[in-house]
Amino acid sequence: MEHFFKPRNVGEIPDADGVGTVGNPICGDTMFIYIKVKDGKIADIKFKTFGCGAAIATSSMVTELAKGKTLEEAMKITRDAVAGELGGLPPIKMHCSNLAADALHKAIEDYRRRSEEKA
Amino acid sequence: MKVYLDYGAASPADTKVLAVMMPYFTEHFGNPSSVHSYSHKAEEALTKARESVASLINANSPEEIVFTSGSTESNNLALKGVAYRNRDKGNRIVTTAIEHISILNICQYLAREGFEVVELPVDSYGLVDVEKLAEAVDEKTILISVMYANGEIGTVEPVKEIGEIARERSVPLHVDATAAAGKIPVDVVKDKVDLLTLSSNDLYGPKGVGALYIRKGVKIVPITHGGGQERGLRSGSENIPGIVGMGMAAELAKEAMETEAERLTGLRDRLISGLLEAVPEAYLNGHPTRRLPNNANMRFSYIEGEALLLGLDSLGIQASSGSACTSKTLEPSHVLLAIGLKHEEAHGSVLFALGKGNTEGEIDYVVKVLPGVVKRLRTLSPLTPKELLR
Repeated sequence: MEHFFKPRNVGEIPDADGVGTVGNPICGDTMFIYIKVKDGKIADIKFKTFGCGAAIATSSMVTELAKGKTLEEAMKITRDAVAGELGGLPPIKMHCSNLAADALHKAIEDYRRRSEEKA
Repeated sequence: MKVYLDYGAASPADTKVLAVMMPYFTEHFGNPSSVHSYSHKAEEALTKARESVASLINANSPEEIVFTSGSTESNNLALKGVAYRNRDKGNRIVTTAIEHISILNICQYLAREGFEVVELPVDSYGLVDVEKLAEAVDEKTILISVMYANGEIGTVEPVKEIGEIARERSVPLHVDATAAAGKIPVDVVKDKVDLLTLSSNDLYGPKGVGALYIRKGVKIVPITHGGGQERGLRSGSENIPGIVGMGMAAELAKEAMETEAERLTGLRDRLISGLLEAVPEAYLNGHPTRRLPNNANMRFSYIEGEALLLGLDSLGIQASSGSACTSKTLEPSHVLLAIGLKHEEAHGSVLFALGKGNTEGEIDYVVKVLPGVVKRLRTLSPLTPKELLR
């Protein structure tokens, strides 16, 4: 609930190195995660979410868990890790933690794809 | 401050109702079917409750009231009772897309049983097109089911006109009056209604009790078989305390209806106009005037309903929402989709169902704090346009 009422890392990064988008308004949740990468680590990370309490809380939590980590470590952050750090989620809300972890991974994949294109 | 605005989901029982029920748990606990004298008080109470409920809806005779465990059961009895009774005459059931989920799921079940279900669409206000209904009613139609008013968006349906058509074509008309009874006048004789569903809790009576009005002459088959209570239509020893409570609730509701409707309408409109003014991109769902006195269903762009409810709850305000996240099936409200809202719009909807306990002060409090909750969620949302964030 803490992460719902006082979410961390809210916002956008206009010149982000990677952006991950998951969900769609039809199922009720949409998450955008923005990352800035320096020396293989996530130097900055921000999120925006259209969704329920659990969606907002899991987005906030995943950005907390990922900040400062290497890309490899961040890719290993799972849905269960996010839910666990929040103290558990009711089963019907677990899909929200899925979206959060997926959005992070997609942001990293986006960064990697852009790096390849540059190279 | 604590502001309860979810009367549609659950209402407290009136203290007078509770008082009249109590003796039937301990002193007058007899079974009306017994031969000995303990049955007499229970029997009298049952009769009196029947009269009170009949009076609320202007039924010709108390005998036309059958007590059940609530609206869902009444809906089951009405639809299955009529459908199975008239199988040999036809198989079409005409209903609407905004009925309560119990009606729609019962119809789905009946469709699997071989009945043909026609679900009429509604307009953007939630109103049924009476002409389209008349077209859909053919020689094979054995039942029409249309709600008196929709408890989610508040729209009041043209039951009188539908009653004319049904009576003319000799097709039984069932009306789910759960949301409407006690709030607006419901007259089964004037509106030519054949079966009508009522809920006790919606009248500030106890939960777990309801009724089905069945006009004399309309034949149905029971769905609950047993000892033959309620003229064989709904077996099972009667829930006397509950029924007594419902009877009292019906009496009180009838007495208070006119003044309470006026009071609630004032509060409702104060809330709606207050929010429309204070929050940009806020909209009303449902008809602006053909509307239940206690219903304010609003939608707020770019944010999601459950998050809004959590924010409101932390400020002492209880309401409900048609968003997917608040439903067990993770689907947005079928009613909101039926009136043409896009998924995101349905997700951003909140239902404020007013009731007895609400005051002007409470409404003003909601209007004061809700904009802040919306604003905060809009800063978190990727859908919010930049202009709104300033």
